[in-house]
Amino acid sequence: MGKRKLKELQINREWCKGCGICAAFCAKKVLEMDELDKAVPVRTEDCVVCRLCEMRCPDLAIEIVAEEQIEEEDIG
Amino acid sequence: MAVKDYIRERFFPHMWCAGCGHGIVLNGLIRAVEKLGIDKSAIVMVSGIGCSSRIAGYLDFHTLHTLHGRALAFATGVKLSKPELNVIVPMGDGDALAIGGNHFIHAARRNINITAIVMNNRIYGMTGGQCSPLSGYGTLASTAPYTNVDQSFDVVQLASAAGATFVARSTGFHVQQMTEIIQEAILHNGFSVVEVMSQCPTYFGRRNRQGDAVDMLKYMQKITTPIGSKAKEQNPELIERGVFVRKELPEYCSAYDTVIRRAKEGK
Repeated sequence: MGKRKLKELQINREWCKGCGICAAFCAKKVLEMDELDKAVPVRTEDCVVCRLCEMRCPDLAIEIVAEEQIEEEDIG
Repeated sequence: MAVKDYIRERFFPHMWCAGCGHGIVLNGLIRAVEKLGIDKSAIVMVSGIGCSSRIAGYLDFHTLHTLHGRALAFATGVKLSKPELNVIVPMGDGDALAIGGNHFIHAARRNINITAIVMNNRIYGMTGGQCSPLSGYGTLASTAPYTNVDQSFDVVQLASAAGATFVARSTGFHVQQMTEIIQEAILHNGFSVVEVMSQCPTYFGRRNRQGDAVDMLKYMQKITTPIGSKAKEQNPELIERGVFVRKELPEYCSAYDTVIRRAKEGK
């Protein structure tokens, strides 16, 4: 397995309700909340593709697209 | 398949409040099903009434939205008539343990192969924040403005004592563990109970000054510990999470098949 690299961090702004869980628990501070209280990726280069934001999002509004195919068990 | 392949997108964004833990349970459940690779049409979700029960409407499985507290009774009927299907019953703490308390203990006693997910947010959210059987002593609710004096159930102990053969607990913070536990619960041949501690920032959090969804998740991280940890020895107040019961007993549908066979043979 190679190093995980982020290809794209998609936020569905229609579905995001601005709870801030993704931004608060991101170990790399990749996400922030904007003036409309929607999550936005600001430091995508720091993302380690742990996918915790995607898994903890109560609104199913986050989708992580990784550069490399990751082994199933590593996705968590 | 992607997450979107498992949901009914036309109903999104969903009706739950910002930061509602039930959305995290929905998220974890989808990932558990995805990992198990179960066909969508081999799953039946049967739900009752309440915020938690709305989860069935959002998922693109066979779904039944039934009566308050009675989801397990409907699910028992579904499972007995089509034992080859995976039956999952998402319930709120009030739905499962107050209105449906009897259905809950008897489904556990029968050991029918159903997965019950108790989404425990300690409150009746949909109807305005009334106290539930899991609110706990000393908490505040719209029906307990001067504090609740009812003790709460321990879902794990209750389910174990009633005879459930798989009993586990996790939280909305521990999403990886929650997903793994739901996977194992679905695979388990018998009655499985998974309690997921879920935050209700709108009613429980606000009234009990627990802050917003982020604060409530941090709190869940703080007050829980893996089963048998050192931390639990030092602080018995901590709530354990993990798999408490994992045992094999005759499953109800197969046992019932034996009865049918005996009856046909006349002995």
